[in-house]
Amino acid sequence: MSEFEPKIVAFFCNWCTFTAADLAGTSRLTYPPNIKIIRVMCSGMVDPKYVIKAFLNGADGVLIGGCWPGDCHYINGNLKARRRVALLTELLSQYGIGPERLWLRWIAASEGTMLKEVAEQMTASIKKLGPSELNKPQAMVA
Amino acid sequence: MAKFSKLAFNKGELNNQLSAFFADLLEKNAVDALLAPMAQPKKGVMQTLVTSKQNLSGVDPFAPVVPVNGARLASSLTSNPSGKKIGMVLRSCEVRALVELVKLKQANLEDVVLIGLDCYGRYENTDFLKLRAAGATTEDFLENAQAGKTETDGCDVAGACKICEFPTTDNVDIRLCIFGAGQGTLLIEAVTEKGEEALQTAGRKFGDSPAGRAEAVKKITDARVAAKNAAFAEYRNSTNTFDALNERLAACINCYNCRVACPVCYCKECVFVTDTFRHKGEQYIGWASGKALKMPADTTFYHMTRITHIAAFCVGCGQCTSACPNDIDLMPIFRTSAEKAQGRFEYLAGRSLDEPQPLSIFDHDELVEVTGQVK
Repeated sequence: MSEFEPKIVAFFCNWCTFTAADLAGTSRLTYPPNIKIIRVMCSGMVDPKYVIKAFLNGADGVLIGGCWPGDCHYINGNLKARRRVALLTELLSQYGIGPERLWLRWIAASEGTMLKEVAEQMTASIKKLGPSELNKPQAMVA
Repeated sequence: MAKFSKLAFNKGELNNQLSAFFADLLEKNAVDALLAPMAQPKKGVMQTLVTSKQNLSGVDPFAPVVPVNGARLASSLTSNPSGKKIGMVLRSCEVRALVELVKLKQANLEDVVLIGLDCYGRYENTDFLKLRAAGATTEDFLENAQAGKTETDGCDVAGACKICEFPTTDNVDIRLCIFGAGQGTLLIEAVTEKGEEALQTAGRKFGDSPAGRAEAVKKITDARVAAKNAAFAEYRNSTNTFDALNERLAACINCYNCRVACPVCYCKECVFVTDTFRHKGEQYIGWASGKALKMPADTTFYHMTRITHIAAFCVGCGQCTSACPNDIDLMPIFRTSAEKAQGRFEYLAGRSLDEPQPLSIFDHDELVEVTGQVK
């Protein structure tokens, strides 16, 4: 049987983390293809629904990338994202989706290397955890 | 220092005495209107708005039923204020929800005199009607509840009430106290200056602070806290996976009654009735490819979304459970989530008008543990 390849949905902010992913690409850095990027204008626009939907539909992990505090293009969207992630981890933990599956990371536009590292760390850590309970081929969609 | 005024009543006279007290409030213009639970001409007890003492004959504030959480009604009455002073007779769960609505700017307490009740719990609406039809009275209920018995003819108070650790009502101007008041006595407590003024205007005289009230309140609170802790532990052990949660929610038909009944479900338009969730046919077929798609779809998604929206505000009134046509016990799902969420932000829904709601504020230097990154 082939090794478990986690599905990780990544919401990257347009101004910092997505640009970092771009930089990683132009710098010819490689990172695991398990990270499926969705570009959003700001980490602060990641509605908790997006995260819940991703998990309900079988994502093994969700990674939200935003600008460092103080660097948000919209002044404080990333700080709102941080409160929401804190809330979500409290709520999802009860049902087996702990903070180890929902990551928020600050990655600036210049930090292509850090993007590669975070992608590698998260992929490795979720490989070790195994598939999410909701990632089942015959799962009933709820 | 709180001041107490004694209201003595003979057996069968509690509601008459209360009606006379409310008549004084109205007649002497301590309030211009009164919202209080009153017996309806045909059947049932509902919150009723009156402006003259002639219409107070049905007054029955301690009737063990809460057909809707009154915070919703208070919001209707005050979000576009009438300029009239309204006295509102509400229970703890209603006032706590109202505090949250005020902070959400969906209600306004400026012209309101809040009158809180001591609460032994409420029956489910249909149970209450059944008991009333069989002749049960509010005073019977209070007497039995005082002796520790809320169960009558196979009906008991709602699950939410049994684990409610707030039997008395805070953040009110006046409190109608029955805990520790003694047989045949009700205590009217002036909690705030506004309340004291209203009571003075109505001609109430203040007397001694009651002995034994604090003790009586503590006893009932302790019992409720113990029951709450046990119920939370049971829920958390039995429902700790999404499979288990799905099983609990299996009978959900997306009627959204729980959302309508919820006093703190604050969105003006729910996203679940917008085009976002009017999926295309091919979308459903896609979801069903290789899997079984339960229809109606998006049920767990709906409840999880509601949890994220209201976990910071849930006051545990249990109206969600009462509203479910398929007997899904939603209350423990929301109450346990609320405890976690509110605990994380050191917040307690309904505790104070001055505490900002957790998701309305943020700070540069907080919650560093979420990312674990320090620059």
